[in-house]
This record gives sequence, C-alpha cells and structure tokens, in this order.
Amino acid sequence: MEEVPHDCPGADSAQAGRGASCQGCPNQRLCASGAGATPDTAIEEIKEKMKTVKHKILVLSGKGGVGKSTFSAHLAHGLAEDENTQIALLDIDICGPSIPKIMGLEGEQVHQSGSGWSPVYVEDNLGVMSVGFLLSSPDDAVIWRGPKKNGMIKQFLRDVDWGEVDYLIVDTPPGTSDEHLSVVRYLATAHIDGAVIITTPQEVSLQDVRKEINFCRKVKLPIIGVVENMSGFICPKCKKESQIFPPTTGGAELMCQDLEVPLLGRVPLDPLIGIQEFCNLHQSKEENLISS
Amino acid sequence: MEAAAEPGNLAGVRHIILVLSGKGGVGRSTISTELALALRHAGKKVGILDVDLCGPSIPRMLGAQGRAVHQCDRGWAPVFLDREQSISLMSVGFLLEKPDEAVVWRGPKKNALIKQFVSDVAWGELDYLVVDTPPGTSDEHMATIEALRPYQPLGALVVTTPQAVSVGDVRRELTFCRKMGLRVMGIVENMSGFTCPHCTECTSVFSRGGGEELAQLAGVPFLGSVPLDPALMRTLEEGHDFIQEFPGSPAFAALTSIAQKILDATPACLP
Repeated sequence: MEEVPHDCPGADSAQAGRGASCQGCPNQRLCASGAGATPDTAIEEIKEKMKTVKHKILVLSGKGGVGKSTFSAHLAHGLAEDENTQIALLDIDICGPSIPKIMGLEGEQVHQSGSGWSPVYVEDNLGVMSVGFLLSSPDDAVIWRGPKKNGMIKQFLRDVDWGEVDYLIVDTPPGTSDEHLSVVRYLATAHIDGAVIITTPQEVSLQDVRKEINFCRKVKLPIIGVVENMSGFICPKCKKESQIFPPTTGGAELMCQDLEVPLLGRVPLDPLIGIQEFCNLHQSKEENLISS
Repeated sequence: MEAAAEPGNLAGVRHIILVLSGKGGVGRSTISTELALALRHAGKKVGILDVDLCGPSIPRMLGAQGRAVHQCDRGWAPVFLDREQSISLMSVGFLLEKPDEAVVWRGPKKNALIKQFVSDVAWGELDYLVVDTPPGTSDEHMATIEALRPYQPLGALVVTTPQAVSVGDVRRELTFCRKMGLRVMGIVENMSGFTCPHCTECTSVFSRGGGEELAQLAGVPFLGSVPLDPALMRTLEEGHDFIQEFPGSPAFAALTSIAQKILDATPACLP
C-alpha cells in the first residue's frame, strides 16, 4: 500500500492527480488518468466473496464507548449457540480494535493460506477477524489516514476466507467517516441486511446517534433497530436501581418514536449479575434480527 | 493564512493542552469541559477547541447549542460562554445547520477544516486552550497536532476508563503521542467507581485500577481518578457549570485536583 500525501483529495475525487498536494505522489499519474474514477474492481470481487455469506449486519453508533464491540461480541456468541449456524465477526475499528480482547483472543495471529486469510476461530462455528491480530505488540498504534484504513477494510472483505457463513457481524468504530463510508460502499452490491445502532440513554449519546440514523438513511442502509445499553444500574448490594446515565431527554425510547426506528431492547449496567441476563436479552434480540 | 508567515490567531494563547484517548466514550469531552471550567474558576482565561467533527459534544455540555458563529476581521469569533469572556468555545457543532445532520467526511476534508479551526479562530489572549479530540489515532489527530506544532503545546492529557478494553486502546494512544513528539502530561482515569445513592456501596462498574497501572507501566504521571457521578452527568446534559454548582459532590474533588496539577505543571511565563 503506497503512502498517500497528507492532503490527498481522494482517488475518486474530481481533483484526483490534479491538486497541489498531488505533486510528488507516486499515484499522481494514475489518478490524473482518471483510473480512480473507474469502478473499483474490489467491489466486484467482494460481491463474489460475499456470495457465501447469507446475512450481513453492521453494528454502528456514532458515539464512542456505548458498547458496540461488547454488543457485537455477545450477539456473535448468542447466534453461535446454535452449532449449525456459522458466524463471522469482523472488527473494522482499525485504530481501536477491541474485539480480540473482548473475545479473549489477544495474542492470536492470522494465518495466510492459498484461499486467503484465515479468521481466528474462537469456536468451531465462530470466526473472528480484526486488525488487532495483525499487530505484534499491545502498544503498537495504528496511525493511518483514511485511504490506508479503507485499504485494510477492502482486504478484510475481499481476502479473508470466511467460507460458508450464516451471519457476518461487522463491528465499526465510532463516527461517520472513512470506515463507515467504505464498508457501506464495498458491501453495497453484496446487500447488507441492516444496521443495529447502539446508544446509551443520555442526550450526549443520542445526539450522535441521531446523526448516525441520518447517515444510514443517506446511504440507504436499512436500520434493524436501536439498542439502549447501560440502561440503569442494579446495585449488587441493595439491588436497587439507579440511573448512572440518566435519560434526561427521553432516552432511546423517545428518539426511536421521533425517528420511527424500532427499539430492540435495553441492556442494564450490571457488572455482577448481568452476564446471564445479558445473554438472555440477546437471545430475544437475535430472534428479532433473525425474523426481520 | 500560513502559521509560519505571521503570528496568527494563536499568538495570544499561552498554553495549549490536548485531551486525547484513543478509546471512545471514556469522557474526553467531559474532562475537557470540566478542566476548562476548573481552570476558569482558578482565575484563568480559557478557550475550548472541539475538533470532534463527527460527534461534537461540547456545545451542549456548556449550554451553548444553537449559538451562531460570527466572522470578525481576524477570522471566526469564538462563542463566549460568559459576560466576562473568560471562557470561549469553537466547535463544528456551531456550523451545522441542523443538529442531527451527520458530518460524513473522509480524511482530507476533515483535515482541511481542522487546519481552519486551528488558524482562523480569533481567540485573543488566553491562558489555556483545551483541545478536545475524537477517539482514534487518525486524520483528525495528525492534522491537529501538525497544525498546533508551531505553537508548542504544553502536552496531552490522556483519558481512560479502568477496564482493560480502554486501557488497551490508551496504550496505543501513548505510542501515538511518542511518535508524534507530544509530551504526555498525565493520565486521568474516568468513570472510576460508582457510589450507590441508596446504600453508599461503591461498585467498580467498569472494573478498577487500569488507569493507574497504565501510568506506572508507561512512566507517565497519574493525574487522578474521577468517579461516576450522577450530578456531573446531569449538569452535562443540561449544560450547567458543575464546578460552580456541586462543590460537595464526588467528582468535584477529583476534577479540581487534576486542574491544580495542570496549573502546577505549567511553566511560569516570561514577563
């Protein structure tokens, strides 16, 4: 992957190869010839690869730290409880890949075979891929600009040998930027079932999530629904509920009513008791997803 | 407007602090806001630059959403939050016509806006400029640091929450700071325990100890732990001044202590 200049206008922009910042870039001639404007062959290759993947679900938020990766991991585990269902979990958070840690797969490496990169299998029917597996140390920072991140996502979708998959769950970073545009663009012709959007109850999250919902509508990505995470805290000692993240503006429920998107459920913050409840809540969410 | 050609709009800013994390949702904007308020209560003139283009949280936290940005002869005038003009703010949130409008930009366009934010806001004289950043180690962060480099930022305050999944990202952020030549002033551990209002039992909702351990491991100062505090959450939702309104609450002591450490770590200016 060649280095691109700091102010790269983008290979598919009208200024490609012509902008001031293009001077000296190894790709300048290529971009100026209009090659960037021609359809990316990777899209076709990814469409072909995705033929063995029945359902694709993106887990989005807009807001960071709401529990996208946690939810993605639990959803993957929950769906994989049926041994006859093949699940793939793809982590496209290039700068902050949390999935390896959450899945207990830190330190695992990715192997290459003739048919592409092999995902890391946490169970026979649950394969995982993340940039985290490509880093040699937990201190390694991935300091990449947009074009390089896009290249990685393209490789994840085109070069990973997922095999026959019933559900591909894609965990995304926060925001509405390169990674999100790229994954939607690359998977557009392969059909995405939809997005599950995670939020917490408070307005500071909801204001970002409304943007994310608008992003989905802009790029014509169907919205399966919203999950409100960290919704109430049960004290392990007295069992009484408190609102650590109060829904001062009506929480996800009101936002979903206003924007006419389904509210799939609420997940409490319950560090001690929650694991079983959490899984049960996810069972019902999975049933929603499977039927939608 | 090239920063190298003339002193520019940051010439009157004495100290610049970046608030970074790597991990989303750990409370960078909260800590940026509260640090700014605490520094202001210590008698300093403070500005906040919110370069989170996709998720600009700070206008709401300070009750400034919907305020308009005006042009002046030196560029954009920041939004002043008080009559005394002791605290000012610039955020992309002020430039959005509709608050629910998503800023769906790729890197180069974000970089261009950040450069403008850094060079074209007429901050005037400030003791501190607190720069709030989005999560990650990508375009926005590189653009911000490169644009601020000529003004020699004081350093970075790195925010984490206690649990391993945050600490993991923050380790990478420390590497990023080192590679970018940005001094780490210290680590703040946010959401560090919750005291049940019914029975006063303190629960480590997001695990415990990770921030302090990381600071020791990385050889950077540990600036303090800020607990989960519903009063703080509420004032952020409602856009009030937590430092002024809740001096007795759990997070107040932690936040003012962190601000004091920043003040102590700030070199005295030459007359």
